[in-house]
Amino acid sequence: MKALIESIVTPLVDHPEDIVVTVNEEDTKIVYHLAVHQEDVGKVIGKNGRIAKAIRTVVYAAKTDATKRIYLDIM
Amino acid sequence: MKEVTASGQTVEEAVQSALEQLNTTRDQVEVDIIDEGKKGLLGVFGSKRAIVKVIVKKNQVEEAKNFITEVIRNMGVEAQIDMTVDSNHITFDLSGEKIAVLIGKRGQTLNALQYLVHLAVNKDGEQYYTVTIDAEGYRERRRETLEGLGLRMAEKAKRIQRKVALEPMPAYERKIIHSILQEKGEVTTYSDGVEPHRHIVIKP
Repeated sequence: MKALIESIVTPLVDHPEDIVVTVNEEDTKIVYHLAVHQEDVGKVIGKNGRIAKAIRTVVYAAKTDATKRIYLDIM
Repeated sequence: MKEVTASGQTVEEAVQSALEQLNTTRDQVEVDIIDEGKKGLLGVFGSKRAIVKVIVKKNQVEEAKNFITEVIRNMGVEAQIDMTVDSNHITFDLSGEKIAVLIGKRGQTLNALQYLVHLAVNKDGEQYYTVTIDAEGYRERRRETLEGLGLRMAEKAKRIQRKVALEPMPAYERKIIHSILQEKGEVTTYSDGVEPHRHIVIKP
């Protein structure tokens, strides 16, 4: 899952070395937190969050073994 | 981006030497001539070597293919990806067993994927590409569904003599409905609202 998020975000940003994905597992959900370089924030959110929405759609569609709900937090 | 600066007796020689260093061919690179060089007197005195900077062009199409392959693999879905390029339009055709995962409800995953590939391919590239991702003929099936929906809703608008608003759709799906109803010419259509809530209104 972490690899998926990284593979989506890497080609979209100018500073791929600053992509940080952290995982936080809670009782009922797994929260992935995505942080990028300050200049790249707009590139992963987009106008009206259009890019962020597309990233979430793809991430949520991915198969997981866990039965827990997945969340993707951006910045 | 890969680049190398090389020199030679002539510009041509300098470019050749750079291509060898980069291990690539002439059509894959951009050449920036820094100094054309001078032959000099009798080819000995006052001669100056030509200097060129050779930059490897990003192959946007290749990168798009790598991107989509990587993302689908990381989604845990096995799919065959066929790519066709028609001047500045790239079409990916996905097929495989668990393809429904990649399409999603009303094609939302397919559309999200298409949008992301579009962004990745056009990011700091020279050429502007449009991207279509299709899966097991989904786009064609969807077109038929939308045309049917458009025609039914046009009938309804005529029957009740009132405007009928459809649910929000992406631009190319609205276009399908606009064009089928325009052909018929019995009703007028327009789009209302702001993306991503933009939707068709059919007027009798």
